[in-house]
Amino acid sequence: MREWLKKHDTIYFMLTNKRFVGGMLFILSLILLSLIGPWLARIELGWYIEEAGKRALDPTANIGTPYSPPSPKNWLGTNSFGQDVFLQLVYGLRSSLLVGIIGGGLATVVGLSIGFISGYSGGMVDETLMMLTNIMLVIPTMAVLIIIAAYLPYRGVLIESLIIGLTGWPWTARAVRSETLSLKSREFVHLARISAVRPLKIVFGEIAPNMLSYVFMVFILQFGGSILAAVGLDFIGLGPTRGTSLGIMLQQAVLWNAIQLGMWWWIIPPGAIITALIAALYTVNTGLDEAFNPRLREM
Amino acid sequence: MGRYLSKKMLVYILTFFIAVTLDWAIPRFMPGNPISILVSRFSALPNARKVLTSYFTQSFGLDKPVWVQYMNFWKAFFHGDLGISVYLYPKPVIDIIKESLPFDIALLLPAIILSWIMGNWIGAIAAKNRILDKTLIPVLYIFTAMPYFWFAIIIAWGLGVVIPIFPISGGYSYSMTPELSWTFFLDFLYHWFLPFLSLFVVMLGGWAIGMRNMIIYEIEANYSRYSESLGASDRLILRYAFRNAVLPQVTGLALQLGTIVAGALTTEMVFSYPGIGYLLLQGILHQDYFLIQGCFLFIVLSVLAANFLVDIIYVLIDPRVRYSYTEGV
Repeated sequence: MREWLKKHDTIYFMLTNKRFVGGMLFILSLILLSLIGPWLARIELGWYIEEAGKRALDPTANIGTPYSPPSPKNWLGTNSFGQDVFLQLVYGLRSSLLVGIIGGGLATVVGLSIGFISGYSGGMVDETLMMLTNIMLVIPTMAVLIIIAAYLPYRGVLIESLIIGLTGWPWTARAVRSETLSLKSREFVHLARISAVRPLKIVFGEIAPNMLSYVFMVFILQFGGSILAAVGLDFIGLGPTRGTSLGIMLQQAVLWNAIQLGMWWWIIPPGAIITALIAALYTVNTGLDEAFNPRLREM
Repeated sequence: MGRYLSKKMLVYILTFFIAVTLDWAIPRFMPGNPISILVSRFSALPNARKVLTSYFTQSFGLDKPVWVQYMNFWKAFFHGDLGISVYLYPKPVIDIIKESLPFDIALLLPAIILSWIMGNWIGAIAAKNRILDKTLIPVLYIFTAMPYFWFAIIIAWGLGVVIPIFPISGGYSYSMTPELSWTFFLDFLYHWFLPFLSLFVVMLGGWAIGMRNMIIYEIEANYSRYSESLGASDRLILRYAFRNAVLPQVTGLALQLGTIVAGALTTEMVFSYPGIGYLLLQGILHQDYFLIQGCFLFIVLSVLAANFLVDIIYVLIDPRVRYSYTEGV
């Protein structure tokens, strides 16, 4: 074990970094919550399941007395329709995480490929791709998202994450391009080129390993960015047409005057869980930065 | 010398064309026919329906070939004609936007500029101060992690309902009409404060964190170490670091504009603040494609213009780019 860690010192620094471990544990517990949520809700809503049977765990089911604050029956209370806030929260978290993984993953892959091709090949390809990137950067993504989302009459979480992923990549492409440009001119790459190593082997053998840490950090930022974009889109009313999400919960809350009625149990939890998730992602990112960048390590 | 500028200009012109073309395509791609929605508002008689449909189809030019429609759109665009709102028929879209634009400018400009300045200032101080770095920066991380509209909801609930100090809906009192008078101005400020505060706070976090990280990076750089070894004061080193660190922050401002606009959009929805964002929501809710079209165009063009402005500012403050202009290197 010790021998192995000596070879992989970045992993050692990662696992001993307080920020990385703390943030990661928090994110994992949120993932766990989204996975076992329905099971927890079964405990919570035991009283109700006996009456309603199978339909009970539908987050849009009108379960109990509307406007009731948190109680042992409904852990986070109910909204104006009598829907259970905890049940909605658990399912909403699930769809948020899904959007983060798919949308963030897609944006990372697209941004990475475009940035890498552009930086490595240079010339006309570089010019064209960067032109495209700059155009995408200037057009406000949210406005485009609104248009595309309004165009699709039936939207699921998957489509939403696809739209977000395909519009969120430009800054990644730009960052990856400059990273590639600086790596391309390092000595070890020149050396590989002089010794007639095939281009593909240079890319995967020499450049890619040096960018791996960077890619990981980009994915974390894109993950958070996609979740925030999806929540905003849901809040405008252009989220998934079926089911629930954290953004839809907040949209309903505002539409049905939860602010004026002082229903804090309806407006605080959805946003708080997003804020906590995103803050944890940022913390993990800072931790990774310290682990990967020797200059930032606290000795 | 002209290479940098001409490349930038080409991107802007291309973006402008793509944005306007996208905008032209909006009502034509949308589900449902805007004309039939408009007609359904007037169709008392079955006969009137047919006449009205052909009348509206002709007046919107939908019976012509697509490329003619496209050319006409450009013509109308340069005449400032964005069509007529279906939701607020027969008000021209451009007039509706003109009414809400002052509210947007009054809300966004101070929020963006003040949060940027304050954020950079806080970030620079926190980078050098261990106590601030341990206490303030985590709070700012939480600020920047919040969805804009959620903080708006929380602040509206806290300062509008729990402690009812501020109004939480509208841009001015319902009993008033917009005019240039002190009473209206005070009333406007009273309604303006909460939306402003919520945008300001969420943006502040991002700028402060960005600045802190840049300053730490700069302080580690060789030139800082060298001046330190020469015995330069901390203040002087920080000042040099700040000048270098502020450049990426200016670029960041350009990159963030789209997100900020989106955040402002949702914030306006929370406060029913009569800006473009609120208008856009109304357009979506009422399937008013011409209104959506107009709002989209306005948002894109303003972001475009703001980006251009930031580019020019960047040229003015970055000596490397500036010298390449004046000396022709």
